Amino acid sequence: MSYEIVARPHESNFIAWSADKPQVIVLTGDLTNSCEVGKWRDTYPERYFSMGMAEQNMLGVAAGLAREGFQPWLHTFSVFLYRRPLDQLEMAIAYPALPVRLVGFLPGITTPGGVTHQPIEDIAVLRAIPNMTVLEVGDATEVESVIDIAHAIDGPVYIRQLRGEVSRMFAKDEPMVFNQARQLSTGTDISLLTSGIMTEEALRALPLIASRGVSIDHLHVSTLKPFTDERVLASLSKVSKAVITMENHSIVGGLGSAVAEVMAENSIGTRLSRIGVQDTYAHGASQKYLMAELGLDARALVNRVEFAIGESLSISDAELSESRIVDVHSAAKAEAL
Amino acid sequence: MAITRDDVDIQKIESIATGIRRRVLEHTLKNNGGYMSQACSAAEILGSVYGGMLDLGVLANPMQPSPFMGTPGIGGVNRTTGGIFHGEPSANRDRFIVSPAHYALVVYTALIETGRLAEGALDQFNKDGSTVEMIGAEHSPGFESTTGSLSQALSQGIGLSLARRMKGETGRNWVFMSDGEFQEGQTWEALQVATHYKLDTLRIIVDVNQTQCDGPMEDVLSIEPLADKVRAFGWDVHHVDGHDIDQIVSAGTKASSKPLAILCYTDPARGLPILNERYPVLHYLRFKSEQERNQYEAAYEEMTK
Repeated sequence: MSYEIVARPHESNFIAWSADKPQVIVLTGDLTNSCEVGKWRDTYPERYFSMGMAEQNMLGVAAGLAREGFQPWLHTFSVFLYRRPLDQLEMAIAYPALPVRLVGFLPGITTPGGVTHQPIEDIAVLRAIPNMTVLEVGDATEVESVIDIAHAIDGPVYIRQLRGEVSRMFAKDEPMVFNQARQLSTGTDISLLTSGIMTEEALRALPLIASRGVSIDHLHVSTLKPFTDERVLASLSKVSKAVITMENHSIVGGLGSAVAEVMAENSIGTRLSRIGVQDTYAHGASQKYLMAELGLDARALVNRVEFAIGESLSISDAELSESRIVDVHSAAKAEAL
Repeated sequence: MAITRDDVDIQKIESIATGIRRRVLEHTLKNNGGYMSQACSAAEILGSVYGGMLDLGVLANPMQPSPFMGTPGIGGVNRTTGGIFHGEPSANRDRFIVSPAHYALVVYTALIETGRLAEGALDQFNKDGSTVEMIGAEHSPGFESTTGSLSQALSQGIGLSLARRMKGETGRNWVFMSDGEFQEGQTWEALQVATHYKLDTLRIIVDVNQTQCDGPMEDVLSIEPLADKVRAFGWDVHHVDGHDIDQIVSAGTKASSKPLAILCYTDPARGLPILNERYPVLHYLRFKSEQERNQYEAAYEEMTK
C-alpha cells in the first residue's frame, strides 16, 4: 500500500482559493509558518493580521470582523482555539453563530509536543457547543476540499486540519462532501467508522482482516457535527457482529460517542467498541509510539476485530509493519513541532 | 464627522444624567431591586455617550423593544442587534459597544432619556420573553454584542475598527467599560493589539467606580495605577472626574493619533448618598427592610422635587 505524499497541501491551496475572495481574512497567533499561512500572509498582506500570543483577544477580534461582513480564518494549533479561549469562542462567536473559521492544527497525538499541544478532547468540547460545525480531514484531498465546505456554512466552523506531509488517499476529483461519509468497503460482519488519520492507519490492517474472511463495512467520517448522515445509520443497522469506531481523540465525546448516540436512539443493539484515547492524557513522543502505547494503531484494530468475532485472525507483526512513518524533522514539516 | 467640544450641549447631558438616576431608582423601588450604584456612577458617562459626544445615527421616533425571537443559529437565524437603537450605521458615524452588560438598566434608561427607546420599555425589564434583559445581550436595546462575560467587548471593538478601516470608514468605535474588567487578562491583550495596529478610531470610556461585586477593588484586586498602565500600553489616556461632564466631553472630543481611553473616576453613590450606608457592597441593591425601602422612597421624592 502506498499513497502519493503531498507536501503542505493547505499552503498553496489556500492561497489560490483566496484569490477571488477579498472578504477572506487570516488571523494567526504566532504560529503562522507552523500553520502553513506564511506565504498567504506574504501574498495578501493587507488582509492578514498577526494577533500574537493572545488568543482570547484573537477570537473577539474575529467576531468583530465577521459582524462587519468579513470571513476570518483563524490559523493556530487546535489547543489554542478551543482550550485556552473557550469562553470567548462560545460568547463572541458560537452564540451569535458568526461565520468564523477555526483552522486547528496538530490533531490528537500527531505532535510530539506533549499534553500542552495535543487536542484529545476538542471534538467533545466543540460538539457540545450549539451552532458549531465540526469537520476533520483525513488526507490531502480533504485538506484542500474542506475549505469549500466551511466556506459554504454561514456559521462557525472548526476544522481539524492536517499539515506537512499528507497522504492522498482519495482522488483529487473526489472532494470531501459535507455530512456524508466515504464508503471505503461494504460488508455485513462489522461496521467500522474511522476519522482523520485513523482511516489510513485502519487501511494498513483492513486488507489483512478481509483476507481472513471478515466482512467489514468501512466508513470514513469527516463531518463530526452535525452527525446525521444516513450512510452512518445504514451501516450501523446492517452488521451482525460489532460496530467499531477508531478516532485520534478521546473515546469520550468524539466519533465513538456520536455513534453510540445514533445507535441508542435507533435501537441498534450491536456491541460497540471504541478505539481512541482511553480517557487519559498523552505525553511528548512520536505519533507511532503514542499510537502503539495508547492502542490507536492497526494492531489495536486487529485485536478489536478478533474480540468481536471471537477468533484469532493470525495476523503477524511483520504483515502489519508496512506503514508510513514520517520523520518529524523532515523537510516538509514547518518546524519540529 | 468627528464631534467637537463646542458641538456638545453640557446642560442637556446634565439633564439626561439626572433622568437616568431618577428612572433607575424608580425602577429599583418598583421591583425591589436593581443595579443602582451603576446608575449613580455612570449617569454622566452614558449621558455624554447618548447626549451628543458620540455621532450616533438619528432615530425618527423612540422604538419599542422587540420580543425575544430565539437564539441565533446557523444561516443568520435570529441574527439581530440592539445596535439598531443607535440608528443606521454609516461610514462616517460612530459605533458604540457596551462591555459591562450588567449596566443594562442604565443603558436602557439612557436610551429612553434620549428618545431612542420607548417610554414604558422598562415595564418589560427582566420579564420572561422580553429582550429588555437584566444583563443585556445582543438582542437587547443598545447592545451590539453579548458581553455579560466581562472584558470581551474591547476585542470585538478592535475587530470592528479593523473591519471599518479596511472598508474605508472613518467613524469612531467606542467601547464602554467598567474598571473591574481591567482585572481580566483579555483586556490587556486587547489594549496591546489596539496599539500595535494604531487604531486611532478606537476609544474606550471607562467607569472607574472602584467597586466590584465583592467590595472595594483595592481590597479585592487593585488595578492602580490604571492610567499609567494603560498609557504604558501606548494609549492616549485621559483621567477625568466622571461626574464632570465638561471634563468627559473635552477628553472625548479630542483628536488623537492613538487609541484613546477616558478613565472616568466616579462615585458609586453620586446623587443618592444613602447608598453609602451599604458601602462597600454596592453591586446590586435589594432592600433589606421596609424601613430601608422607605428611606429610598424619600430619596426618590427628593430627586423628583
